[in-house]
Amino acid sequence: MDRQVNGILGKKLGMTQVWDENNRVVPVTVVQAGPCVVTQVRTTEVDGYSAVQLAFGAIDPRKVTQPLRGHYAKSESAPRRHVVELRTPDAGEYTPGDEVTVGKFDGVKLIDVTGTTKGKGYAGVMKRHGFHGLRASHGVQRKHRSPGSIGGCATPGRVFKGMRMAGRMGGVRQTVQNLTIHAVDTENNLILIKGAIPGPKGGLVLVRTAVKTALGKGGAAK
Amino acid sequence: MNTLDLLDAASVRSDIPSFRAGDTLKVHVRVVEGNRSRIQIFQGVVIARQGSGLRETFTVRKVSFGVGVERTFPLNSPVIDRIEVATRGDVRRAKLYYLRELRGKKAKIKELRERPAN
Repeated sequence: MDRQVNGILGKKLGMTQVWDENNRVVPVTVVQAGPCVVTQVRTTEVDGYSAVQLAFGAIDPRKVTQPLRGHYAKSESAPRRHVVELRTPDAGEYTPGDEVTVGKFDGVKLIDVTGTTKGKGYAGVMKRHGFHGLRASHGVQRKHRSPGSIGGCATPGRVFKGMRMAGRMGGVRQTVQNLTIHAVDTENNLILIKGAIPGPKGGLVLVRTAVKTALGKGGAAK
Repeated sequence: MNTLDLLDAASVRSDIPSFRAGDTLKVHVRVVEGNRSRIQIFQGVVIARQGSGLRETFTVRKVSFGVGVERTFPLNSPVIDRIEVATRGDVRRAKLYYLRELRGKKAKIKELRERPAN
């Protein structure tokens, strides 16, 4: 844990396209990121680890509970809707009440984006796990999208744990690594990220500097 | 108004003339060769316009040395230097994919006769 992490919370606005300097179309996801406020700084001496706590998003003040109100009052900031902690060794450089804006990502190329995927409801194995299903013909009846066999008979006499079956799909936390930042708009607090990111429009996303920086052949990170 | 209209407005071009399927266009395309660029003209019949807003595209078809050539351009692409409308065509549909099966005189599109002023 000696890697410095920049992070910011944001709202996914949707996808569009822009042109790069070679006049090629780039598909981008637009994220309205920050401004976030630092609500707490965790230190090794007090908390046993070093991290910075960021808060983001408007909230109706009547909905904030008394304990949370006290927490935000400590950093002299207005209550926010979402809070996240970012483990980073340089947490000492932040002070509670600081603002974190997209300017932090000026010059950063690769990022990881975390979000909650769209819920798909109760999904079958073909959609959920990519099974191929059964055949369309050759005597298959009413079973075209079923998984087929899920194990042996008397041996082992049970279904193995972790067998992939139908069930709830989506609505889980997912991180996409090594996405490229196309542009940062500090005026409107926008980040243009090349490619798709998890979640619906309006969903909360966490943008962080990439964990796995591009490793050249035998080269060091970056 | 959609959320990203403001962002898209920066890329949308306002210098595109109005044209529809059946029109013959001269598309002036910027071609980069090494470190110098020149303008190349692609002339043909518009057989389709697809999509809307920033991501609208149009397809131009021409017959070059007996071989049909189709090129699809993003309408707002900076590759396009300018678009010239050579002739207006008189057609009844928005997508002229049937032209691909036709050769010679049958593939010709009638020119639109200008309506009288009143």
